[in-house]
Amino acid sequence: MADSAAVSGENEGTQRQAVKDAVPIMLGVIPFGLTCGLMGITVGLTAFEIVLMSALVFAGAAQFAAILLFGTTAAGWGLIVFTTLVVNLRHILMSASLAPSMQQAPLLKRFLLSFSLTDESFALTTAYRIRVGYSAVYQLTVSILLYFVWVGSTALGVLFASQISDPLAWGLDFAMPAGFIVLLVQSIGNRKNRIIALIAAVASIAGALMLPGKWYIIIACLAACLAGLVIDKEKS
Amino acid sequence: MRWDIISIILGMAAVTLLTRSAGLVWHSFGKNFSRYENFLRPIPIAVLTALVVPSLLMPDGRLHISIYNPYLIAGAFALLLAYKTRNVFITVALGMAMMLSLRYFGL
Repeated sequence: MADSAAVSGENEGTQRQAVKDAVPIMLGVIPFGLTCGLMGITVGLTAFEIVLMSALVFAGAAQFAAILLFGTTAAGWGLIVFTTLVVNLRHILMSASLAPSMQQAPLLKRFLLSFSLTDESFALTTAYRIRVGYSAVYQLTVSILLYFVWVGSTALGVLFASQISDPLAWGLDFAMPAGFIVLLVQSIGNRKNRIIALIAAVASIAGALMLPGKWYIIIACLAACLAGLVIDKEKS
Repeated sequence: MRWDIISIILGMAAVTLLTRSAGLVWHSFGKNFSRYENFLRPIPIAVLTALVVPSLLMPDGRLHISIYNPYLIAGAFALLLAYKTRNVFITVALGMAMMLSLRYFGL
């Protein structure tokens, strides 16, 4: 009894921290969800189809790309699904990075955590892993929050499509990088991580300048992994 | 109900889940995963950096390093706040205030 009470108290603390960390990121998701709903209406999808997409796919960048393709008559099943796959390739790296931690969780939880793995939940969860340690409760809490904000703001975008013009121009999108800056500062305590962050910064800019979509995240990851390898070699 | 659209959405959902579970599935089956674990370790820092840096330096897709880029100025301010306070709420609240006032004053 005492043990389970201690565990549930611990979980509560973890959940509270998860909510605290997720709020600014949720704020930053809203304009993207609104834009998603708005764009879906513009290309002629129904309210049901757009909200269903957000609820089942739950991937901002991939949905934007798909919605643009829905707007062109030539795009069929193969092209849209393949585009989604390509845009989401970066999640393979994130899934691989979280795998050793996630493996302890039961199957249903692993399924839910995989389904809801986004850039944002990955960044929050791994920043927490660096600060405190991995927690499935933490990951699940931020994932659920981000999920409902994404689906909810998509629905609002659909609902108010005629009243709102460009949610991304409000400046609300700054909430996300601002929130991640704090997590980044907390994560680069040692010299190795600072060098890795610096190399990832340069690689992400180079990638964003030269490659379409979210490839810059993949480029940043690969450059950082190689840098880590070199740093470890030099140490030993 | 437009089943052609629904089937596209289901396809999108399937491939997205595929990418998001691929690492876990690989890890569950693979015996030599720990060899890669060390190699993959920098990924969280790289993702965090990639979520911050381009959105500040290239807010509209082009490199924009000048005092007329409100994302960069507010971002530098947020970085300072993050170092001083290590507090997400203070950093985001004051960073947003900075961002909105830069926009309001048309900088």
